[in-house]
Amino acid sequence: MATTQAGIAPRADQAGTTPLLEVEDLRVEFRTRDGVAKAVNGVSYTLHEGETLAVLGESGSGKSVTAQAIMGILDSPPGFVTGGKVRFRGQDLLTLPDDERRAYRGRSISMIFQDALSALNPVFPVGWQIAEMFRVHEGLSKKDARARAVELMERVQIPAARERAGDYPHQFSGGMRQRIMIAMAIALDPDVLIADEPTTALDVTVQAQIMQLLADLQRERNMGLILITHDLGVVADVADKIEVMYSGRIMEQAPVHDIYATPAHPYTKGLLESIPRVDLKGQELSAIKGLPPNLTNIPAGCEFRPRCPYARDICKEQRPALQEVVPGRFSACHFAQEVLEGDIEPAQQ
Amino acid sequence: MGRYVARRLLQMIPVIIGTTLIIYTLVWFLPGDPFAGRCGARPCPPAYVAEMTDKYNLDDFWLIAYAKYLWSLLHGDFGETFQGLSVGEELLRAYPTTVKLALVAIAFEILIGIGAGILAGLRRGSFIDNLVLVSTLVVVSIPVFVIGSVLQLFLGMRWGIFPATVGGDASLYNLILPGFVLASLSLAYVARLTRTSLAENRRADYVRTAVAKGLPQRRVIGIHTMRNSLIPVITFIGADFGALLGGAIVTEGIFNVPGVGNLIFRSITTRDGVMVTGAVTVLVLVFLLVNLLVDLIYGWLDPRISHG
Repeated sequence: MATTQAGIAPRADQAGTTPLLEVEDLRVEFRTRDGVAKAVNGVSYTLHEGETLAVLGESGSGKSVTAQAIMGILDSPPGFVTGGKVRFRGQDLLTLPDDERRAYRGRSISMIFQDALSALNPVFPVGWQIAEMFRVHEGLSKKDARARAVELMERVQIPAARERAGDYPHQFSGGMRQRIMIAMAIALDPDVLIADEPTTALDVTVQAQIMQLLADLQRERNMGLILITHDLGVVADVADKIEVMYSGRIMEQAPVHDIYATPAHPYTKGLLESIPRVDLKGQELSAIKGLPPNLTNIPAGCEFRPRCPYARDICKEQRPALQEVVPGRFSACHFAQEVLEGDIEPAQQ
Repeated sequence: MGRYVARRLLQMIPVIIGTTLIIYTLVWFLPGDPFAGRCGARPCPPAYVAEMTDKYNLDDFWLIAYAKYLWSLLHGDFGETFQGLSVGEELLRAYPTTVKLALVAIAFEILIGIGAGILAGLRRGSFIDNLVLVSTLVVVSIPVFVIGSVLQLFLGMRWGIFPATVGGDASLYNLILPGFVLASLSLAYVARLTRTSLAENRRADYVRTAVAKGLPQRRVIGIHTMRNSLIPVITFIGADFGALLGGAIVTEGIFNVPGVGNLIFRSITTRDGVMVTGAVTVLVLVFLLVNLLVDLIYGWLDPRISHG
């Protein structure tokens, strides 16, 4: 079974410049009592300054684990990076000693998490938690760090920031907490911001505000933004390109508008068809049948085959590599061309 | 906060009345003649019986007698024992020793208990972790009087490292061995509680955030993890301090420590009802006050708890 992974060429307009972040053939596994779960199996992507990359996938597709490996915050044990490279401006982070690696965290690459209530420390005031970035990384005095923290809280539009800096996380609403999380993540003006499902725990109206804030901050600071989500609706407006992950591998990679119009992988197609649409009100919602494979025992051949309506015999034997279908678009499907052109019939089974 | 404290203090009133009533009633209805054996081999002279009966309201209905007792208690008068000793003075004499003993025990719980718990919690599955688990299990399984007697025999008498008994001189040095014995059970609990709490919190999301912030390892553990992990531990130690201030009958008995536990034990065996009631009243009061203090500290440690 071939598990080769095509390298992804930089986009034509940015060829020649060093990307901000390059992930190359990253592999992560979790060694548990029940066996070895291969959570990430050769993921590669690049991120440039000012670019927004959306990583899409169901729970357990490896999208968050990839991000944690990039940040160097995998729970280890049981999580181990078993291969690949993570280059930040050309420097491989995975080979750095711990204390040098630490210098990149928060300063060059920072991350915000899904549930800000549990991600913020419950027993310290929010202002203190933001100020800690300046105190530890830049050695600012308590007073100066606090002033900077209040400025950041104002930047992320927290009302009465000065008065509220002394409040604790549980005293804020969900949206406000996520803003505090964002303020903390952008404190040191990082080059890359990873947002791991930043709006999943929020109300729909608040979701839009948070996404807007992230988009504004990204433009203002020219950050590279990695947006991890399982919500196709969230990414449509903000992302430049999309990586669709499944079973620890990238299934499809494409500019955001292309992927919505013409998916080149049956999995992406299935995801798009499972979004509720106003114009199809009253009709039955289609869902992808079945469950993602057990990561401790990924079947041979194509990982998506058991759930794929188009599966043929070759899919049982050969794992399709991620290959360029048309310029700028990649898909890991034996029938990518046909899916892209809508020129394939479901298999009779 | 002020209102919370006031409310808690007011709540103590019914508790105090309830406990004194129970103790007083139990002592009152103890079977037997209160004057039996008081005057040597002979029965007590009628004049003495009459005087004492009057002094302790023994002819009254028990509830009336209790009300009279409570009334003098409210005036700060704990009464006198049959021997004519002032209960208040006796308590005042015994209490400092018990406080000292409790402090020594708490010091052991903090130093050894939390220390061992941290070592074990940070390296789960290591040799230290297993050592802590096994040794705490052993300590928890052995009754205190066995630990006390064995340590007294070896450390105190055979090897003479520590004084075997305390007696009249309750210096801190003399209290080390009894303090350790008194602490042993709670110490094991503290170690296990610290270990579990720490191990649990190390996996917490906010610890991952602290790592993602690029904080040094010792700050992640020493400040972010530790502060949260120690909340239940400190609460436990605080409550235990309240219990220890109630005196330790077994430990004080083994090492002959002249504390409140010893006093109560002696009073019970000599059927000294006034002393028992007075001492228990004070203990209940101290226990309630310490618990209030623990709750206040808890609210300060964990801002999510509000005493509105």
